[in-house]
Amino acid sequence: MSLQLRRKTHESVIYIDRDSAPRIIPSGEDFILEDLPIGTRVIYPNPPIKGLPNREAAIRYALNHPHDCDPLFAQLEPGMRVTIAVDDISLPLPPMATPDIRQSVLEIVLDMLAGHGVDDVHIIIANSLHRKMTEWEMKRMVGSSIFDEYFPDRYYNHDAEWEDGLVVLGETRHKEPLRINRRCAESDLVIYVNINLVPMDGGHKSVAVGLCDYESLRAHHEPQTIRDSDSYMDPARSQLNHKVERLGKLVDEHMNVFHIETALNNRMYKGEMDFLLKNEDDFSAFDRMKYEAMRLTMGRLPRAARRKILHSVPAQYEMIACHAGRTEPTHKKILEKNFDQYAVPIKGQCDILITGIPDISPYNVYSVLNPLLVQVMALGYHFNFYRNKPLLKKGGVMILHHPCFDEFDHNFHPSYIEFFNRLLPETRDADVLRDKYEREFANNPSYVEMYRRGNAYHGAHPFFMWYWGENGRRHVGKVIAAGAENAHVPAMLGWDRADNLTEAIAMARSHMGRSAEITMLHQPIIGICDME
Amino acid sequence: MAAAAFYDLEGTLVSTNLVHTLGFYSKNQQGLLRTVTKSASTLLSIPLFAATDTYSRKVFNDLFFKRYKGESEDRLRFFADQLFEEVLKPAIFPGAFELIEKSRRLGLRQVVVTGALDISVNPLMKHLGITDYVANHLEFVNGIATGRLLPPVLAAATKASWIRTFAEREGISLSDSYAYTDSMSDLPMLSVVGHPAAVNPDMRLKQTALHHDWPVLNLK
Repeated sequence: MSLQLRRKTHESVIYIDRDSAPRIIPSGEDFILEDLPIGTRVIYPNPPIKGLPNREAAIRYALNHPHDCDPLFAQLEPGMRVTIAVDDISLPLPPMATPDIRQSVLEIVLDMLAGHGVDDVHIIIANSLHRKMTEWEMKRMVGSSIFDEYFPDRYYNHDAEWEDGLVVLGETRHKEPLRINRRCAESDLVIYVNINLVPMDGGHKSVAVGLCDYESLRAHHEPQTIRDSDSYMDPARSQLNHKVERLGKLVDEHMNVFHIETALNNRMYKGEMDFLLKNEDDFSAFDRMKYEAMRLTMGRLPRAARRKILHSVPAQYEMIACHAGRTEPTHKKILEKNFDQYAVPIKGQCDILITGIPDISPYNVYSVLNPLLVQVMALGYHFNFYRNKPLLKKGGVMILHHPCFDEFDHNFHPSYIEFFNRLLPETRDADVLRDKYEREFANNPSYVEMYRRGNAYHGAHPFFMWYWGENGRRHVGKVIAAGAENAHVPAMLGWDRADNLTEAIAMARSHMGRSAEITMLHQPIIGICDME
Repeated sequence: MAAAAFYDLEGTLVSTNLVHTLGFYSKNQQGLLRTVTKSASTLLSIPLFAATDTYSRKVFNDLFFKRYKGESEDRLRFFADQLFEEVLKPAIFPGAFELIEKSRRLGLRQVVVTGALDISVNPLMKHLGITDYVANHLEFVNGIATGRLLPPVLAAATKASWIRTFAEREGISLSDSYAYTDSMSDLPMLSVVGHPAAVNPDMRLKQTALHHDWPVLNLK
C-alpha cells in the first residue's frame, strides 16, 4: 500500500520526505508552520485554470447562445415583469475583488432589459435562511450605479419569514413542499445569476433553495438526507441534490427561469498572499519572506485585528466559464468545468486526515468562525470534499487545527449561541435535536425578528450546520482538535484536544497504529478528491 | 404547560416614554397660562428625569408622578383617546406587530407589563389586541390625582414579582416564556423567564444582554 501510495500520482499530491520543508497550516486567523511526519501525503489545490480574457464577452455570448431555450433578448417583451435573483454573500469565498462577477452579469442583463422596454425589474438576493446582506455588502456586490438605482425598493434580500411575500408552488411526488418568493413566482421571467464555487452550488438549488422558506427547506436539510448523500459535493450521489432536483422540476413547471451560471478558478489569493496556495518545497526566498512578514505582523496583533485584516483581503478569482439557458443543461456544463478545476485524482484512503481550519466559511463572512462553524468546516465541508469514497477510512482519525475559541457573533449567529450552550450539553444526536428543538428555534420570535430586521441567520440555521457534519461524525472514529485553546469547546463537540499537531498525531497513531497512513489537505483548498 | 410573552411597553413596543405622555397632558391644560406653565416645567424637568432614572427607577417614579398632582381623573380619561391617536399610535415600532403576531401564533399568552399609567395605555392595548396587561395606577382623591401611585408600583423588581405571581395563577411555565424590554431597569423581568430578549436596548442593557448571550432585537 505504502509503496503504491508514494508514487507521484499528480502534481497536486506530494509526499513528505527527509528534506521536505515544513508546511503552512491555517488555524483560525493564524498560519502556523509545522513539520509533518515522513511519508505524509499532502494534497494541494490544482493550479488555477487561466481566466477568460474578456468576461463581459463571455457573458454576452452565453446570453445569446443559451442551452435549450431562446436567447435572453428573444424572451423579452416591453412591459413584462422580470425578477433577477442573485447568489448571496456566501459565494464566493472570500468575497471576490470588485467588480464582482454578479455586477458584470447584472450590468449586461439590465442594459439588455432596458433596451427591450422592460422596466418592471427587481433584483433579489437569494439568501434563503442565511443572514440578510448589509447595505454596504449589497453595494459592493453590484456596484454603486446599480445599487443607487435599485436599492432599496427594487434591490433587496429575500425574506423567508414574510408571509405576504411567499407563495406555495406545490409539492413534489415525494411530498416535499415548496413555498417560494412571491415576486419571483409571479414574474413573467426569472433570471438567476449564479456563482458556482463548489459542486454543491448552483443548478436547481439556486431557486428552489435560495428563495424558499423554512418549511420547504427542512424537507431536505435534515439528517437522513445528509446521511444518504455520499457525498453532498458529488451531485450524482447526493440525495440532497436529488431532492433539490425534484423541487427544481416543480419550479420549472410554474416559472420561466433563465439561468446564468458562472464557474471560477481557484486563484484565491494573488500577490502578497499567493504563497498560501504553493507547495512549500518550491518557495522562493521572496515567498519565505512574505510568510515571515505576515507571521511577524499578525503575531503582534490581537485576534480581532488579525481577523479584520484577513477579511479585508479579497479573493482574486477569475471566471473560467459562463453558460446560460435552462437550469439543467446549463448547470451540467458548469459542473464539468468545476470538476476540471477542482478534481484531484487520489489513490488510496488514509487513516489519519489532517486539515487546518482557516477563517473562511460561507457562514462567517465579516464575522467570527464560531465552534459550530469550525465543526461544519471540518466534518462537513472538508470531510465531504470527495467523489466515490471518503478520503479518510471508516473509523479513521481526523485532526483539525483550530483554536476552537468560545466566541460567537451576537448579531449574525444569535441562535447558534443557544444551540451550543443549551442543546449540545443535552445531546449531539441530530435526529433528537431536529425532532425536539428545531421548530422551537425556527419559530422563536426573537430569532425571527433578528433574521427579518437585522442580519441574523435564521433560528433553525445552527441545526442545519449540525446536520451538515452528520456524515463526518458517523464516519470518523475520532476527532482531535489540535491547538485548541480550551477544553470545553472540543468536549462539547465530542472531540479530543491536543496542544499542538505533534501531540495530535501521536494521539492519532496510538489510536490507528504506528504505520497509519497520514494525509493532509493543504488549506485553504477548494478541491475535490477524486478517489480511485 | 402554557407559556407567555411578557412585554415592557415604552421603548420596547412604542418609541415614546412616560415623559411624552406627561408632555401631552401638559400641553392640554385648562387655560393658556396653565398650559404654558405646565409645559415649561415639564420641559425643564427632563434632565432631572433622565438623571434620576439612571440612578433609580423608584426615585424617578416618586419624582415623576408628582407632576400629575392636581390633575382631574375625568380630564386624563377624556384625553386618553386623543393621546393614543396623536402620540402613541404613530410611535408603535414597525416590528412590534410582527413580534406580537408571531408570538400569538405560537400559542403564547400576550402580556404587557408596563410602568406607564393604565389610563393612557388602555386604547393602545385594544389596538394591539392585548387583553392581559398591567400598568401603574394613579391615586385619586375625590377625582383629583394626588401625585402618588397605588401599590404595587410596577418598576424593576416588582415587574418580575408580578410576572411570577401571574404565571403561578394562570399556570404558565416561565422557563418556556419570553420577555422583551428595552431598559436595564427591567433586568429582573428578563431574568425570570427562559427566553429573555433585549429590544432596542440602551447601552447598559445591550452590554448585559451580550454578556448573557441574550438576543438583541431592533424593532425600529
